[in-house]
Formats: sequence, structure tokens, C-alpha cells
Amino acid sequence: MNLVAFIAWLRRHLRRLVQGCCVLLALLVIVDAIPGVVNKEHAHTAVERWPGFWALFGWAGCVVLIVLSKWLGHAGLMQREDYYDE
Amino acid sequence: MSDFWLHPSVILLVGAALLPLVPRPLKPVWLLVVPVCTFVRVVGLTPGVYGQVEVFDLTLVFGRVDALSRLFAYVMGLITGIATLYGLHVREDGQHMAAWTYAAGSVGAILAGDWLTFFLFWELMALASVFLIWYRRTPQALGAGYRYLLVHLAGGVSLLAGIVWQVGSTGQLDFATFEVGSLSPAAWLVLLGFLLNAAVPPLHAWLPDAYAEGTFNGSVFLSALTTKTAVYALCRGFAGLELLVPLGVIMALYGVVYAVLENDCRRLLAYHIVSQVGYMVAGVGLGTELAINGTCAHAFAHILYKGLLFMGCGAVLHMTGQSKFTELGGLWQKMPWAFVFTLVGGLSISAFPLFSGFVSKSMVVAAAFEDHRLLAAFLLMLASVGTFLHTGLKVPYFIWFGRNRCKPETWERAREAPWNMNLAMAVTSLLCIFIGSYTPYLYSMLPHPVHYEPYTAYHVSETLQLLLFTAVGFFLLIRKLEPEPTISLDTDWFYRMGGRAFLRWARHPVRTWDDRLGECYRRCGLAGLRAVAGWVRAFDQLVIDGLVDGLAWRIALLGGRLRTLQRGPVQESLTVGLAVLVVGLLLVWWWWR
Repeated sequence: MNLVAFIAWLRRHLRRLVQGCCVLLALLVIVDAIPGVVNKEHAHTAVERWPGFWALFGWAGCVVLIVLSKWLGHAGLMQREDYYDE
Repeated sequence: MSDFWLHPSVILLVGAALLPLVPRPLKPVWLLVVPVCTFVRVVGLTPGVYGQVEVFDLTLVFGRVDALSRLFAYVMGLITGIATLYGLHVREDGQHMAAWTYAAGSVGAILAGDWLTFFLFWELMALASVFLIWYRRTPQALGAGYRYLLVHLAGGVSLLAGIVWQVGSTGQLDFATFEVGSLSPAAWLVLLGFLLNAAVPPLHAWLPDAYAEGTFNGSVFLSALTTKTAVYALCRGFAGLELLVPLGVIMALYGVVYAVLENDCRRLLAYHIVSQVGYMVAGVGLGTELAINGTCAHAFAHILYKGLLFMGCGAVLHMTGQSKFTELGGLWQKMPWAFVFTLVGGLSISAFPLFSGFVSKSMVVAAAFEDHRLLAAFLLMLASVGTFLHTGLKVPYFIWFGRNRCKPETWERAREAPWNMNLAMAVTSLLCIFIGSYTPYLYSMLPHPVHYEPYTAYHVSETLQLLLFTAVGFFLLIRKLEPEPTISLDTDWFYRMGGRAFLRWARHPVRTWDDRLGECYRRCGLAGLRAVAGWVRAFDQLVIDGLVDGLAWRIALLGGRLRTLQRGPVQESLTVGLAVLVVGLLLVWWWWR
């Protein structure tokens, strides 16, 4: 099973993997700030021209969605599994 | 009808009807040949109007082929083949027959050119698809199936009322676009029927209720056909209807919020259907060429990646018997390929560059930006965040990684799915990547000319930032996302609890009083009557009849025998004779007139 061996290998090098991903994330924002590479002339709003705007939007959106949904869930939407059983 | 035109649905219906007659060893061949023939037929459709049938003074049009209907029929044919391959090893003919009939209904509704044909195929879908839920054979599936059927029949009644009103007031039977500037009451009724099938909140609860209870392969068909046929119908009938933009945005976010709470992986995917169809509904509402192209492209891409996701989670359900995150985890060693395929589906739905969602979803968002609807566009981007958060991260992480919550027997049972299931998932994965990497394949089929280029540096940078920083948020808040063994209340609460309250009312006050009255009558009225009747009979038999040699008793015995002889047949012949006489008289009267 090569696929299993590959996943196991990735898991053994998790620390490296995470470090690599952090570098990638930083690079993404840096590249986004270079006008020669990412042309933002066609952006529809001013905020989109900020470097790393979508990174912030993604991260903040994720946090808001999780916190808001869990709050709604614990406010009464989430019920025990036998809720509908007679 | 001047020349013969073979309707693709006919191939599926005939294939389904003949399936039980096919010998067991040849069944897999038949199961592959019929969908392939259907797909070849759909690919061969050329624009035009075919299959016109005159019934009374109505003209039914079974085949209206244009760019819009061809695209939808094409992808329905494609997913029917893939999903049949996925369930190839299922030995119950009924399941395949139901699935094909359902697909025939979908293709038939898409190709229908008039309201009546459209309605018939539309209802065929609802009636056939419910069996894909019932075949799961669990008490939950039985209940969910009944609720699904009742909700769809209610939607069908609204649609039919709208159609009758519309045809009655305009005299036009052809299925054309409504005047979206000022909708008539008839159009509202039709719209209500469409919105119910498109699972627009608050009319959406049937979808997560039913799709999570379907069979492992039946839910693949379910995820593809009903909602996207409704998207087609909305595209055809209500393009440019302003109301659909806010409804679509609400859908997109509604599904995402519920997906956070969901513990069942297939119900989570079902909530993401609601979310993704939201993009399409918003696209229909925008109504521009770019938006309609985006809606169609996204429906096409969605059918494939959502089918793939349901196949991946269906494989887990089929092989382990579990679909809840609280009963799964750590399966990467057992089902690595199912993980890879599900991940491809997750990346496609999240619109990662080089995957199908990237080239389709962005068209709808771009159309919203171009139309200067900034709020709608940003909210749709927020829904994209949620999509990646759940389908791209939560589903793969909590099934294949995370803490191993499997029971020993689940872990023992788990292994890679059979070859046909993996092949179906592999083919769909390749298609998702192909669509995302080679845009002309999909773009050349869209109803309007495409002037949109998804692969610009800005768009790629925007998407990668959005998604990868969502992943950062996911891993930072992973403790908050740990699965909990709960269910989430949705709008189905109203009819589930409402129905129960009605039953309780019928059971408690009504039946109790009925029982009491009946008991009272039995004790006081009946018992007394019986006693009196008994005394009279005894007196009659013993005293009176006994005095005249038991003659009456003997006559009663003979009468009983005669009665058995004379029962049924005599009455039947009399009835038939009378009916023939009446018909004959009517015919004679009609002849003389």
C-alpha cells in the first residue's frame, strides 16, 4: 500500500509539513502585495486592493462562522439524538 | 411526428422495465450498457423541437433541445452512468429500477417543452426517488421517506395549481419564461413548487432529512438530480427575478451554519447542497449572461463533485456501517483511496484552482460584483469560506484523521471499497480535475458565449489566500469543531411536531371519547338488545316451531344452502348485464341521434 506509506510518511514529518505550510502562507501574502505579479486593476472594491485582504477575510470569516454557528447550536438548535423519538 | 425521435428517458425506462428479466450473470453488463446508451443518446441531441404529440387539442413537446436543456440533460446522463457503476454490485433490481426511473424523470422534465409533460416527469422524479430512501430499510429511512414524499407532493400540488391557472388564463401550454417584472398569482404558485424542489429555506428541510437516510448509492442520485432539475426550471422560467438573489445568498449561508453543527457526514454534505444551490439560485436571480452561464457551469460542476463527495462518504457508510463523526476517525490506514477521492471532491466544491468549482463558482460571484451587488458578492465569498471549512477540511479530517472514535467492530469491518465504487470515484475525480484544468470543455457547452477567464493572477491569489487562511482558522479552532452526538433542529420541526400534535389530538380526546361512547353503547344498549333477542329466539324455536314439527328450522337450513349457491356470481352477472344494457341503450340512442 504505497498510499498508506505516503500518508504515514507525511504524518511522521508533520512538523516540517506545518513549517512548509506557514512559509507558503507568508509567501502568498507577500506575492499578493507585489503589483507586478498580482494585477489588482480589475478589483471591484477598494478594500480588495489591500495586500492580504482575502487572507484576513478568510481567517476572520472562518472564526465568525464557527463561533456564530456554535452559539446558535448551543442556544437550542442542537438537541440530543433521540429528540424526535416518541 | 414526422420522423422517429428516440427520447433518452425511454432508454432508461425500458432498461429499468427489462432489468428483472435479464439473467443474473448478465446483469452487470445490462447495468452498464443502458446508462451508456442513454449518455450517447444525450450527447447526440441536436438543437430543435422533437417528439411533438397531439393529444385532444393539446400539443405535447417531449423534446425541446437547446443549449440550456442540452447541458443539463448531458450532465444528468453522465452522473446516471457514474452512479450506476458505483452501485453495480447492489443485487436488488428495485434499487436500480427506481434510480433509472428517477433519472428518466429528470431528463424528461429537462427536455419537456410544455407544462403538462414537464409536470408528469417532475412528479415521476418524486415518486421514483422515494424508493432510494426506503430501500435503506431502517425505521428512520421509512419515516424520512414518507416526509419527503408528502413535502414533494405538496410542492407538486402548488406547481400543478400554478400550471392550470397559467394555461387557463393565457391559453399557452408551452413552458416559457414568466414576466419576472410583475409575477401573476399563477407564476407565484409555480415558483413555490420550483423553490421547494430547489430546497430554498424554509422549504428545504426535506433535503438533509431524506438524503442522509438514503441508501449508500441512492443518495448519489438524490444529490444530483432533484435540486439541479429545479435549478434548470428556475433558469428557464424565472431568469432575472430579483427575489432570487437574496434567497440564494441566504441559502448559501444557511447551509454553512448548519454544516458546522452537523454530526452525520452525509447530512453535512446535504446542507452543503443547500449552500451550493444558493449560488445557482442567486445566479438565476442576477439573470445576466455571465450569471446564467455561471449558474449552468456551477450546476454541472456541482453534480459531479457533490456526487463524488456522496460516493466517498457512502463508501465509508457501506464499508463501516457508520456515517457519524462521533463513530469514525483515523480511517486513513483502512480506506486511503476513499480519502483521496473525497479530498478531490472537497477541493472541487471549495473552488481550489485546478479543480472544477474554481472555474464555475467564481462566475456567479464575478457576476454579482459586476452587477455592483457588493453585499451579495461578499456574503457569497463568506459562504465559500464555510464550504472549505466543512467539506474540504472537517469531513476528511474527522473521518480519516483526528481521534479514532471507531468501535472495535467498526474498525474491524472497515476496508477499501469494492473496485466498481473506487472506479466510479476515480472517474469522477478525474472529471473534476479535467473541468477545472481545461476550461473549454465546460465553457463551450454553456448557453451564452463565454468572455470570462478564471485563471488570472488576481483570482488565483484571492482564492488561495481565502482558502488557506480558512485552514489556519480551522486548525486553530479545531477544539470547538470536535463532533458532538447531537441532531440539529430545522424547519422540519414544524411538520414533525405538528403532525405529532395532530396525532395526539386524534388519539387522545377524539379516540378516547369515541371509545367511551362505544363502550357505553356496548354495555347498556347492545347487551340489553342481545338478551331480549335471545329470549325471543328461544321462545320461537322451542315453543312455536317445536309445536309444528320443526318445519321453520328446516326451511332456514335449506335457505342457508341456497344462499351460498346464489351468492356473488348471480349478483355479478346481473350487474354486468345491466351495465351492458345501459351501454347498449346509450349506443343505440347515440346512433339514432
